[in-house]
Amino acid sequence: MMDRYSRVQLVGIYASVAVFLTFILLPFFEMFMTSLRPLEHLFRAPYQFWSDDFSFDAYSQMWETVPLLGRYIWNSIYISSMVTLITMILVIPAAYAFARLDFPFKNATLSMFLGVNMFTGAVLLIPLYRVLRTLGLLNTYWAMIVPGVAFLIPTGIWLLRSYLEKIPRELEEAAFVDGASRLYTLRRVVLPLAVPGLIVVGAAVFIGAYAQQFLFAITFNQTREFQPLPAGLYEFIGYQSVTWNEMMAAALVGVLPVMVIFLFLQKYLVAGLTAGAVKE
Amino acid sequence: MNNSIGADAIASNGKAPRVRKKSLSEPIFGWFLVAPAIVFIAIIVAWPLAETFRLSLTDARLGGENYVGFENYQELLEKKKFHQVITRTFFWMFLSVSLKIILGLIGATLLNAVIPGRALFRVLVMPPWVIPIAIGCIGWLWLYNGHFGLISGIAQRIGLIDGPFGFLAYKTSAFYSAIITDVWVGTPMVTLFFLAAMQGVSRDLYEAAWVDGAGRWYRFRRITIPQIMPVIVSMALLSAIWTFNSFEIIWILTEGGPRGATTTLIVDTYKTAIGNYKFGEGAARAVVIVALLAIFSLIYMFFLNKVNKMYGSK
Repeated sequence: MMDRYSRVQLVGIYASVAVFLTFILLPFFEMFMTSLRPLEHLFRAPYQFWSDDFSFDAYSQMWETVPLLGRYIWNSIYISSMVTLITMILVIPAAYAFARLDFPFKNATLSMFLGVNMFTGAVLLIPLYRVLRTLGLLNTYWAMIVPGVAFLIPTGIWLLRSYLEKIPRELEEAAFVDGASRLYTLRRVVLPLAVPGLIVVGAAVFIGAYAQQFLFAITFNQTREFQPLPAGLYEFIGYQSVTWNEMMAAALVGVLPVMVIFLFLQKYLVAGLTAGAVKE
Repeated sequence: MNNSIGADAIASNGKAPRVRKKSLSEPIFGWFLVAPAIVFIAIIVAWPLAETFRLSLTDARLGGENYVGFENYQELLEKKKFHQVITRTFFWMFLSVSLKIILGLIGATLLNAVIPGRALFRVLVMPPWVIPIAIGCIGWLWLYNGHFGLISGIAQRIGLIDGPFGFLAYKTSAFYSAIITDVWVGTPMVTLFFLAAMQGVSRDLYEAAWVDGAGRWYRFRRITIPQIMPVIVSMALLSAIWTFNSFEIIWILTEGGPRGATTTLIVDTYKTAIGNYKFGEGAARAVVIVALLAIFSLIYMFFLNKVNKMYGSK
């Protein structure tokens, strides 16, 4: 009853939703339309909304115009996967410790991790450049993976900790009573139970890693063959004549991996990420 | 949160002692698990942070470095251009965050309405949040194009402007265009957090008010807003921090131009340090950023405590 809307109200709500979503989706819509237009129609003034010769040609031509495009997309996926793997290896034990154990300086350590969230890599670029140079990692994949991991550890710990806290403690206690060691309990009792949470946190880390590559790539990596997609496309803008239709096609194809992961897991991702906003 | 930590201690201390004997003690095991992550952060974040402070006291460039004391800071204090950068950064932050919060509230209220299709609408809001910022910005770059972009095209069609207008070519329009893109990137997340908070508000409150004849607007003002106030405050401050740090958007759209019109503190730092290889001067700017961020964080914690007390949140 309370949620009933009059016809006028309903129209108003849908109209507002339409305006809101137009703002959100406009760039994607225009990117898609641009990718369908032949190049000569793209550079046509005044702007025309409709061309009668839309085609998917750009999606096949782009691989020839930018020979490294496939490599860029692969690099993006590879870097994000490595970041996710290493982040999870570091985050799982730490999140478990924060969720379950009591140790000295626990709260201070947790605050320190969250403090890292306040920074972006941009503040630390100069010394980070030197650290990576000292370690001999400049212009390698690691130049993008290592800083990527550092800035995702805090989020990972935060998300996984709240997930682990929900697993009933009794199971671990039962294992303890049976004489299992702590490490064994973590590996054989807690982790199997946490698989759904691990997938969600892993997916969130992957999406974050996919999103944050640009800055580290343009600063720490000069090797074209290692460049991830956003940096590769950015370089593309600098060319003499930008084939915008192919660039948009490439950008849209490049976001497919994250969009697919996101669509499959969106319900869990949103619930996990916004958990802090809901009062228990 | 504090309660559960207390419970941790009690539960583990109450455990049978014989288990303790064959296993590592809890504090050692805890540190053993946390140590790898801490070492990693120490090398990649904490040490560079300390190094930034040190570098800010030198004139480090590509060639070498000498200790110069507080010269870099003194220069910043005296530089009129830097004052403009600071003012611009705060204006940028204030405007962008306000718009994100307002749009987020409107968006969340709409998505919270019980209407057919809302599950779909909720998914459609998220793409800007999920995709790499750099890629969204490439889309905006094209939208803002004067000759061939959609926005200039529509504006010409409906007669708002006479000829092509390159939004990123002029100082004022470039600044506001960059803000719109920043708002576009940040709104989905704010919206979803507000939505989650709204869904957490007890229906009983609304029903009681409804029975008493309270209208929608009244219920929104008197129930929804106060109930989600802690989330509004935390999102406002977190957005402020992220907007302050926002680099990619400006860099891809304008690289800080035209003529410095979109150069915020973070862009200025990047240009000085990485663009011109003035590491020392860049580091001094980075320290200013860190100091300001630390102040924001303190304000954040202060307000969050206060708001939580005020609205009786647990």
